[in-house]
Amino acid sequence: MTVHGGIGQAIKRKEDARFVRGKGNYVDDVKLPGMLYLDIVRSPYAHARIRSINIEKAMKVPGVLAVVTGKDLAMANLAWMPTLMSDKQMVLPTDRVMYQAQEVAGVVAESRYAAADGVAAVEVDYDPLPVVVDPKKALEPDAPILRPDRKEQTNRIWHWEVGDREGTDKALKSSDVVVRENLYIPRILVSSIETCGCVASFDAMGKLTLWMTTQAPHAIRTVFAMVTGLPEQKIRIISPDLGGGFGGKVPVYPGYVLAVVAALKTGQPVKWIEDRSENLQADSFARDYHITAEIGATKDGKLTALRVKTIADHGYTDAAANPSKFPAGLFHIITGSYPFQKAHVEVDGVYTNKPPGGIAYRCSFRVTEAAFTIERMVDILAHKLGMDPAEFRMKNFIPSGAFPFKSVLGWTYDSGNYPAALRKAMDLIGYDALRKEQAEKRKQGELMGIGISSFTEIVGAGPSHTFDILGLKMFDSCEVRIHPTGKAIARFGTKSQGQGHETTYAQILAEELGLSSEDISVEEGDTDTAPYGLGTYASRSTPTAGAAAAIAARKIRDKGQKIAAHLLEVGPGDLEWKDHKFQVKGVPDKAKTMQEVAFAAYTNLPPGMEMGLEAVDYYDPPNMTYPFGSYICAVDIDKETGEVHIRRFVAVDDCGTIINPMIVDGQIHGGLTMGLAPALLEEIQYDENGNIQGGSFMDYLLPTAVETPKWETAKTTTPSPHHPLGAKGVGESATVGAPAAIVNAVVDALAHLGVTHIDIPMTPWKVWNILHQKGVA
Amino acid sequence: MIPPRFEYFAPATIDEAIQILDRFEGEAKVLAGGQSLLPVMKLRLAEPRALVDINRIPNLAFIREDAKSLRIGATTRTNDLNDSDLIHKRYPILSDAAYEIADPLVRNMGTVGGNVSHGDPANDLPACMIALGAIFHLRGPKGNRAIPAPEFYQDTFVTALAPNELLHEIEIPKAKAGQGNAYVKLEKRVGDFPIVGIAANLLIGSKGVIQAAGLALTAVGPTVLKAVEAERHLVGKAPDEAAFARASEIAKGIANPTSDLRGPAEYKKAMVGVLTRRALHRAADRARGGA
Ligand SMILES: Cc1cc2nc3c(=O)[nH]c(=O)nc-3n(C[C@H](O)[C@H](O)[C@H](O)COP(=O)(O)OP(=O)(O)OC[C@H]3O[C@@H](n4cnc5c(N)ncnc54)[C@H](O)[C@@H]3O)c2cc1C
Repeated sequence: MTVHGGIGQAIKRKEDARFVRGKGNYVDDVKLPGMLYLDIVRSPYAHARIRSINIEKAMKVPGVLAVVTGKDLAMANLAWMPTLMSDKQMVLPTDRVMYQAQEVAGVVAESRYAAADGVAAVEVDYDPLPVVVDPKKALEPDAPILRPDRKEQTNRIWHWEVGDREGTDKALKSSDVVVRENLYIPRILVSSIETCGCVASFDAMGKLTLWMTTQAPHAIRTVFAMVTGLPEQKIRIISPDLGGGFGGKVPVYPGYVLAVVAALKTGQPVKWIEDRSENLQADSFARDYHITAEIGATKDGKLTALRVKTIADHGYTDAAANPSKFPAGLFHIITGSYPFQKAHVEVDGVYTNKPPGGIAYRCSFRVTEAAFTIERMVDILAHKLGMDPAEFRMKNFIPSGAFPFKSVLGWTYDSGNYPAALRKAMDLIGYDALRKEQAEKRKQGELMGIGISSFTEIVGAGPSHTFDILGLKMFDSCEVRIHPTGKAIARFGTKSQGQGHETTYAQILAEELGLSSEDISVEEGDTDTAPYGLGTYASRSTPTAGAAAAIAARKIRDKGQKIAAHLLEVGPGDLEWKDHKFQVKGVPDKAKTMQEVAFAAYTNLPPGMEMGLEAVDYYDPPNMTYPFGSYICAVDIDKETGEVHIRRFVAVDDCGTIINPMIVDGQIHGGLTMGLAPALLEEIQYDENGNIQGGSFMDYLLPTAVETPKWETAKTTTPSPHHPLGAKGVGESATVGAPAAIVNAVVDALAHLGVTHIDIPMTPWKVWNILHQKGVA
Repeated sequence: MIPPRFEYFAPATIDEAIQILDRFEGEAKVLAGGQSLLPVMKLRLAEPRALVDINRIPNLAFIREDAKSLRIGATTRTNDLNDSDLIHKRYPILSDAAYEIADPLVRNMGTVGGNVSHGDPANDLPACMIALGAIFHLRGPKGNRAIPAPEFYQDTFVTALAPNELLHEIEIPKAKAGQGNAYVKLEKRVGDFPIVGIAANLLIGSKGVIQAAGLALTAVGPTVLKAVEAERHLVGKAPDEAAFARASEIAKGIANPTSDLRGPAEYKKAMVGVLTRRALHRAADRARGGA
C-alpha cells in the first residue's frame, strides 16, 4: 500500500498553488503602519579616501528624515561587522571606500521617492586612491596594501594547501604524459528574481522583528545578537517566501544592518529593498578563481597525479559563505571521480578593490571550480593521448566496488557508480553515432563537438568535525506534531527559496508516518517558531533536515507503536510497522493506522504515558553525501561567426533515493541553465579603474528559453549508505557539472586545430578569434 | 533607479504636443513607448523637466499602403510590424528586425517612431529605414519637414529633430515586383542589442540584374551607416556570390566599430563582412520569390 504523496511520487508542488496565483508573501509585500524607506548612497570610485560627507542638502529634501553615515555607526561600534571567515566588513565606511558601488550612507525618508532624491542630494567628497583590480598584481611587492587595518601588511589573505607536495612532484615527473593548463573561472553573480531586502521593526518592548531575504534565519539571529548586543530573545527573524537565493542570500549585507539602525534611530519601521543594479554591482559575487592545473598519466592512459595552484580573488574582504574549516571550502574534492595516487592543491586568497566574493553560487563551497578543473583536465589529457574521452574516463573511474572510497585529499565518498551513469548518458545521446557524424563533418570542414563531464559532488554540510558557522555546528532540524485528527504540522531549521520544501518534507513525513502528504503542513523561516537550524544552501536540506524529518517521524512511530499495542491489547513487541500501519505480526487485518493512534494519543493512552504525539530531531550528519552524474553535450559551431549552438544535452544524475522526481528534474533543469550561463554568457568584468562593466541586465546576459536547449534528463540511483532515506542533495549538481561538458564540447570541435582550452564565457568572438588565427574564419 | 520629479502632459493633438515642447525650450521630451527614454531617466542620465506623452494622440498608430508608399505612424508598436501580414509579405526586412528587437514586453511598448528618433546607432530599425529609402515626416512650430533617413542621423543620439519637433510618419517607397530585402542581426543573446546588424534591400530587374540596392549597417559607427559605395557596386551586377562578396568587403571598409562588451572592434568588422553577404543572399532569394 502506498501513501498519498509518499517518497518517489511526482506530486505537484504544494507551494505552487500560491506562487502561480501571485499570492506569495515576499519581503517587499510586508507593509507596516508608519513604515519608512531606506535608500543607499554608493561610491562611484573603486578605491578612495572620503574627505567629507555633507548631508545638509539631503536633509532639506521634503520627506527625508535621517541620513546615517559611517561616523554615526562608529559611535555605536557598528561601522564594521565580522564575516564568516573571521575577516571584517564595513557596514559603512568611516574613511575609505574599497569598491565601486560600496555603501557610503543611508537615507531614510517617508517615501521611496523622497529617499532616492535624498540620495542624489548627499554630497561626498572623494580623494581617489590607486586601484588594484588584478589579483595577480595585488601579490606583487609594490602593490598598494588594501587592508592597512590588518597586522599582515600584504594583500595575501591566506595561503592554504593540502596533499602531498613532494609525492605529487615526483609522480608528475615520472608520468609518461603531463598536461598543464591555465583555467579562469570568471566572476559571476547570483541573479535571483527577487533582490535582497528587509523590513525592520521594533515593538514597544524593544523587540526587533526583521523580515529578511535570508537563507539562514537562525544563524543570522545569533550573529545579530552577538554583533549588536541585543538579547537573542528580542530578535525575531522572519524569512518569508523567497524569490531564489542560490547562495546570494546567505551573507549579511550592510543594507540589512542599516535598516535596523534606521528603525532604531527613527522609532519607525524601515524597509530597504535593493534595486537590480545594486544587486548586480554591490552584492557578493561568486567564483573568480585563477587556476593552473597539471595532470599526469601513463602512456596507456592511467591517471597518476594532479597538481593545482589557484589565486582566489576575494574582493576587499574575505566574506566567503564557507562554513568548512578549509579556507578554500571543499575545493579539494578536485580529484573528482578518479582514484589519484597523488595530488596537491594550493590556494592563495587575495584582496582586490571589488565587492566581497566567495558566494557559493548554487555550489557547495568551491565544488563548481573543482569539478570544472578536473573534468577539463581529464579531457585535455585524453585528447593529448589520442584516446576517446569517454573511454579514458571509463578506464580511470573509481570502481563501483571501491565505496566507501577515501580520496587522496581526504574525503570519504559514500557511494557511487560512475561507469553506469556515463554508459547511460552515452546510450541516450547515441555517442558512437555522434562520433561518426563528427568525423564526417570534419572532412567537410564543419565544426561539431561532443563533450563529457562525469562530475562528483560533495554536499550536505555538514559533519560537525569539519563544519561550523562562527562555532555553530552545521546540524539541521525537524519538529513534528500530530494533531488528534491525524493531521500534522512540521517545522524545520532550513528555508526554501524555491526548492519545494513544503512538498518534499511532507512527502518524507507522509512515507514515514503513513499519512497523506496533503495532511502535513510544513513551516520554515520564523526564528520564533521553527527549531534551530543552519539554513538552506549547498544542497544541504535533504541531507540534513530531510534526515531529521525521517528520524523525528521514527521517534513518533516508537511512541505510536506503544499506543497501538495498547489499542490492540497486545505487547508492543508483537507489532510491526508494515504497509504504513502498526500491524500485529502475521495478522495484517489486526492493525491501527497513524490516525487512530494520533486520536488515542490525546484521548486513550496507556497508563502513565505522556499526552500528545510529537518529536524533534537535530541531525548532525555523519558524512557528506556525494551525488554524481555524467553529462554529454553536442555542439555545432558557426565557423564564420564563432557562435556556439548546443544541439543536444543529456544529463544523467544520481542523487540517491529520489523523493519527488518532478522536483528533482526541475532542480536539474534550472541547474543546467545556470551552468550554461557562465559557459556561454555571463561574466562581470572591471576596467583598470575598478569600474564594473555590465552592472545591469543590459550587459549581464542571463540565458533565456531561446539559448536553452531541450534538456534530456535521466537518472541512476545509488543510495547514500549513511542517510536514513538513502537520499543525497541535488540542487546544485547540474550547475556544478554542466560548464565543463559545454567547454569540452566546444574544445572538442576545435581539437583538430590544436585547441586545448577556451576560457568561459565562450563568446562568439573568442571562438572566432581562434578560428581566425587558425585560418578557418 | 527612480527618476527625479518631472511634469507630465498628455496632449490630444500633434499641434498641442508641439506647443508644449516649444514652451519648455528644449527641456521637455517626447514620451513614446518609453523603452529607451525611461531607462536613462531612471539612471538620472537624462533629467527632462517635462514629458509629453504622445500615446493619446489619435491616428498616430497605423501601417498602410497607398498608391505610392507604405506609411507607418509614429506610435505604431514594434510588435505591430510583427503582426502585420502586409509587412511580412511585402517588407519582410521590417519584420526580420522587429522580431529580433528586445523581448515581447519591450516590443509591445516600444514604438517605430521612438526607435528611429532615438538616434542610438545600435537600434535596429534605422538601418532598415535607410536601406528601404524611407523619408521621415517631422512637424514643428514652423510646419512640416520631410527628411530622407540617411540625412536624419547626424551623430550618436543626435538627429535632425529639433527639440520642439515631432516625427509623426515614416514614408517608405512602395514595394515593387523583383524587390527583396532582409535584416540580419548577430546578437550575444536573444533580446540584446546587436553586435552587428545589416539591412539589405535589392531590386532585381527582369533580366536578372540588380537595378537598385540599399545597404545599411547597425552598431558599427557613431550613427547607423549607409554603405553607399557597396550599394553602387551592386547596381548593374548579377545577384551572385561574387558581387555580394565584393560588396561585403566594401561595406567592411566603412565600418568603424568600437570594442565593448559586445565584442572587440576587429570581430565586429569581420562580422560586417559575414553578415552583409548573408543579408544580400537572403534579400536576393526573397526578390526571386523565396521566403
Ligand atoms: C531591454 C531592452 C532591449 C532593447 N533592445 C533593442 C534592440 O535589440 N534593438 C532596438 O532597436 N531597440 C532595442 N531597445 C530599444 C527599444 O526598441 C525602444 O523601444 C526604442 O529604442 C525607443 O522607442 P520608444 O517608443 O520606447 O521611445 P521612447 O523611449 O519613448 O523615446 C526614445 C527617444 O525618442 C524620442 N521620441 C520618441 N518618439 C518620438 C517622436 N515620435 N518624435 C520625436 N521624438 C520622439 C524621445 O523623446 C526619446 O528621446 C531595447 C530596449 C530595452 C528596454
